[in-house]
Formats: sequence, C-alpha cells, structure tokens
Amino acid sequence: MTDQADQAERPFPPGEYPVLVVGSGPGGLQLSYGLRKYGIPHAVISADPGAGGMFRRWPLFQRLLSWTKPYAPADKETREYQRYDWNSLIADEPGLRALQSEHLDGSSYFPSRPEMQANLEAFADRAQIAVRYGVRWERTRREAGPDGDRFVVETTDGEYRCRYLVLAVGVAQPLSPPTPGIELAKHYAETREASTYAGRRVFIIGKQNSGFELASGLATWASSIAVCSPTPAKTSVQTKSLVGVRARYVQPFEDSFLGLGVRVLDASITGLSSVEDGIRVDIRRTDNGEGVSLVADDVIAATGFTCPLLDLPDLGVSTFGASKLPAVTPFWESSTVPGIYFAGTIGQAAPGLRKHGIPANSGAVQGARYNALILAQHIAERRFGVVVERPVVDHAELIPYLLREATYAPELWHQKAYLARVVTASSDGGLRDQGILPLAHALDGRDDDMVAMTIEADGNGGLYPVAYVRRGGMVTEHMLPPDPLLQFATADHRAALAGALEAFPGMAGVALG
Amino acid sequence: MATREELADALAGFALFADLNAPQLLSVAGSFEEVAFAEGERILRQGLTGSGFYVILDGQAEVRIDGTARSTLHRGDFFGEVSILLGEPPTADIVALSPLNCLLLGPAAVSPFLLGHPPVMFRMLQAQARRLRNANRWRS
Repeated sequence: MTDQADQAERPFPPGEYPVLVVGSGPGGLQLSYGLRKYGIPHAVISADPGAGGMFRRWPLFQRLLSWTKPYAPADKETREYQRYDWNSLIADEPGLRALQSEHLDGSSYFPSRPEMQANLEAFADRAQIAVRYGVRWERTRREAGPDGDRFVVETTDGEYRCRYLVLAVGVAQPLSPPTPGIELAKHYAETREASTYAGRRVFIIGKQNSGFELASGLATWASSIAVCSPTPAKTSVQTKSLVGVRARYVQPFEDSFLGLGVRVLDASITGLSSVEDGIRVDIRRTDNGEGVSLVADDVIAATGFTCPLLDLPDLGVSTFGASKLPAVTPFWESSTVPGIYFAGTIGQAAPGLRKHGIPANSGAVQGARYNALILAQHIAERRFGVVVERPVVDHAELIPYLLREATYAPELWHQKAYLARVVTASSDGGLRDQGILPLAHALDGRDDDMVAMTIEADGNGGLYPVAYVRRGGMVTEHMLPPDPLLQFATADHRAALAGALEAFPGMAGVALG
Repeated sequence: MATREELADALAGFALFADLNAPQLLSVAGSFEEVAFAEGERILRQGLTGSGFYVILDGQAEVRIDGTARSTLHRGDFFGEVSILLGEPPTADIVALSPLNCLLLGPAAVSPFLLGHPPVMFRMLQAQARRLRNANRWRS
C-alpha cells in the first residue's frame, strides 16, 4: 500500500492536531461535521472498526427506543422534519439529511440496531467524515507546549498531541453493583442470544429500560422472569415524559399485575450464592424490610454503564454519579480541566434547568446531535477566533420569528427547556439572532438584553412556549398559552409575546401583524 | 458517588434521612438523581418556575436574594422544597460556590416522596422550624 493510499484509508496518523476527537458514534461524527463546517482542523480516532459507536453492539434485542417517521407532516429535506426523525444526524447538504428514513424496512418506525448502524455509516461515508479506526485511547497526560499546555493522548498507534480534546466515547463500560456474589451474575452487555434462555428462570437486577428490554426480549423463552431493584419503577406514560420505562416495555408490567410469568419486585439484593439447582438470590423488601429468597438459573445485572474516562480523573477531571459522568459547563467543557470537552451521550452531564424535573434528551441522538453542532461553533469561536455572523432581525419580524421557532424548531422540541432560540438587543437597539444556545448559558452566562424562546413541558402533559426576557440585567419568565394543535403563531400568542417584549429595546408599539 | 450502595451510605449520614433503614435508603438513592454544577452556576433561579428539590452531596452553594448573599449551604443541606410546597417560584438564587454535586428530585415527585417517608417529612419540618426560629431571632 502506498503512503497516499494508507493516508486515505487510515487518516490522522499520530502527531499534533489542534483538536483531537475520540469516538465515532453519533456524537463524534456530528461534532466532526460541525468542526469542518467552521473550518477547524481536527483529527478523529476510534477504537471501533467503523462508524456507529454503541449502535454497533446495542440494544441487544434489536430495536431502538428512538423513532423515525418515514411519513411526517414535514418534507424530509426540511429542518422541521427533524422533529419526526430522532435518529438521523444533521447536515446542511440536502443529500445528507434524513438518512435514517432510507434505512427502514417498513416493519417499524423504531429502527433495528443494524438499521441505525447503517444510517450512521451512511452519514460518515457520504459526509466523508474521516476517522482513523482501530486506534484505542490508553492514557492521557499534559505537557507544556510553546503556546500553552497540550494534552498528550497515548494510543495503540502512538501519541497524539492537541490543544483541545473532545471525548465522544459514550457511556458504555458495564457497571455492576458491589453485591456479595455478584460474580455469579452476567452483565446486560454479556446477555446471550435469547433462545439460550429457553425454559430457564431469569432474575434481572435493575428496573431501568435495559432491565425491561431484557424482560420483554426474553419473555418468549424464559420460564419465569423477575425484575428487581429497591426503587419502584415508573413508566414514561406515568411521568408524561421520557423519564421512566418507555411505553415499548409496558408488557412485563401487565404480566406482573396479572401474576403471569413476570414479577416486578421492589427490593434490595443482599446477596447471590450458588445452590444445587441454580443461583440463590436473597432480597430484602423495600416496603417492610422482610427478607425473601428465590432461585434462578440466570441472573443478569441490567445495572447500567459508566463513562470510560480512563485516567482523566487523575488529570483533574471531576466526575459524579454512578455513571461517572464528567462535571461540565453548559457548553460541555470539563468544569475542572479547561480544554477537555465532551460530545455525544456524555453531554447529558450538563443538566440545564431540569424544569419540572424533566431532563433534556442530551443522552440520546435526537438531543446530542444539536449539542454537538453548538459545541463545534463554540470551540470555533472561543478557541480559534472564528467569527460567525449573527443575522440582523427586524423589529417587526421578531415576534413572528420567535413564534415560528416555537412552533417548528426541532432543537426546541427535542431539547425542551434546554436549548433556546436567542435574540439579543445591542446598545443601539439593533436585534441580532444569536442562534440556538443552551438556555442555562443564555440566562446565566451573558448579561445583554435578550429574549430566549423555548418549548417546555410541565410534567402533567402540558406543552407550551416560554419566553425569557432579560432587560437591564433582570430576567423575567413568560409562559405563552398552550395550544391543543401545538400551533403557537396565533393572535393570542402574538399578543402574549408582545406583552412580554413591551419593554424590550425598540419593541414598544411594534405592530403585531 | 460510585454506586447506589455508596450513595445510600452517604445519605445515612445526613440528618434528613437519618431515620431510614437500609432498604429505604437504597430506594431513596434510586429515586433521586445525581447532578453536578460548575462553580458559579445557578441551580435555582429567583422567580423562575419549575425548579426541583436538591440535597447537597459535595461542595458549597450560596443563597442570594436580589443578588445579595444571605447564607451558605453545605454538604447535607437541602433547598428548593419551599417553592415546591407552596407552588411558587423560588425567592432566591442558589449559586454554586465550588464544583457542586447534588441529589435532585423533580417537583412532582416531592409530595409523594414526603408522604411515603414520614420520618423525612418530620426531619424537614424540624429544619424549617429552626430556619423560622433563626429568622425571627434575626428580626428581633
């Protein structure tokens, strides 16, 4: 193979790059696309043999929890269509949009795992996202360089040096609880092919989606299934959000209520031990502390994953929670080690406002893809001095523009109370569109006069736009009326937003149109 | 906290949860979510609706009313419950003075949680009584 051919096939040999991106899942691909859009030279490396990240392996039972509607109220090439397509990555070029819809066989609007992988591989291929595959990140250190500190990333291919490091490595390292005898259990990630559980008693530790995915996937095969953890499970239908067990996995609850083959138990697992006819599981009921034992043939720990940050904590990267997510700023930068950023599902570490307790969708593709594009622009502007034009907004256009965004902007619909359309007023009264920004940054990270438009949910089924208006340093919150058809450009909405913006520079007396 | 068990151990040391047994602590550890904030970030915002109930796991936070610092909160302290119980927006900003790790319970879950754990509700009532007493002392 010639050097040129090798360079094309395995780009980015070890060396020095302004930005190094680790990971080739949706987060890494979307971030690389964004960095290229802003002209930021960077390298992408990945331990995998191809694009797709976690979707090359999971979910085990072959269908995602996120959907893509092949037929939707909006044309596939439009921005509005993204609201109905949770799985495609985002691009300016028409030929790169809505790729998931090309990879659905029509049997479900929830893609199968191979369909999702094909979607991501198609994006990487058509967008020509260059990645050096088969390179495993092993260690990290810092060294002084001529223009400040650099990160040195040691890999199986050699050393990379960069000023800015972006980790898009997923939350994919199996996590098992320290329960005595836990070695008798297999982790979710080690679950075997479903038919090998035929006629067996299966005990599943954990009542998150993965536990109920297993309970659903094994229902055909297992002779009995118990799903157990100390905290009672809630479904997304109960929480009226994506919090809780998704509607796809309601069947085990029904079976449990009917006493037919599945038991959903609220108890802590105090120990596992080998017995003659299987694995004894000792549990203690949450409600009354009573100890109970049962015997299973297989115990599976669906107890989640941690973030594989390797030695970054030794470098000072602070982490939190069972998943060991990094503590980050609203722009997904380590809050303790500047210059290290996170993309993809790790972005869920930035909580945003968590209004009404509802998290953003940063842990899923439909949210993370927008975060990655915002992060790319942030890195370009903040670290490389790239100037991105902020379009002027005519005063007479502000209200209809914001209400159109509230009705159609996919960023606001997928990242409720988390991302906002932000328009600022300069000292001369001119209005500038700052684009889509994290709401927490718009509220706390700036002090200019601004209006930030979001879509929010109240946890009781209500969906409505909210305008945050800052004038003279004071922020006020204005909830606009809900609408049963989710159309927010009505006369009532125009009047409500005009009221909210009455004191905004240049807006007094602007005709509502 | 690395695991739910470690989190339950930490909760056992907080006055608010001191009366719960081990399975209840594990259940509480699973009901709350851990969230982290950078130094200087706001956790509650004065006048904005929809905030949650927080218990500080690590770090310090400042209570600010109209931009003026009023008090400092530490590990084991909690905030946000008054706004939820009264159904009104917070009357203060809570700002991280250091990297801050908290447990979060969404507002809709607070009432069922307290009703389901009367000892926690009693401890919370005691804490509120102390705050009221201190506020009255400050006024007199």
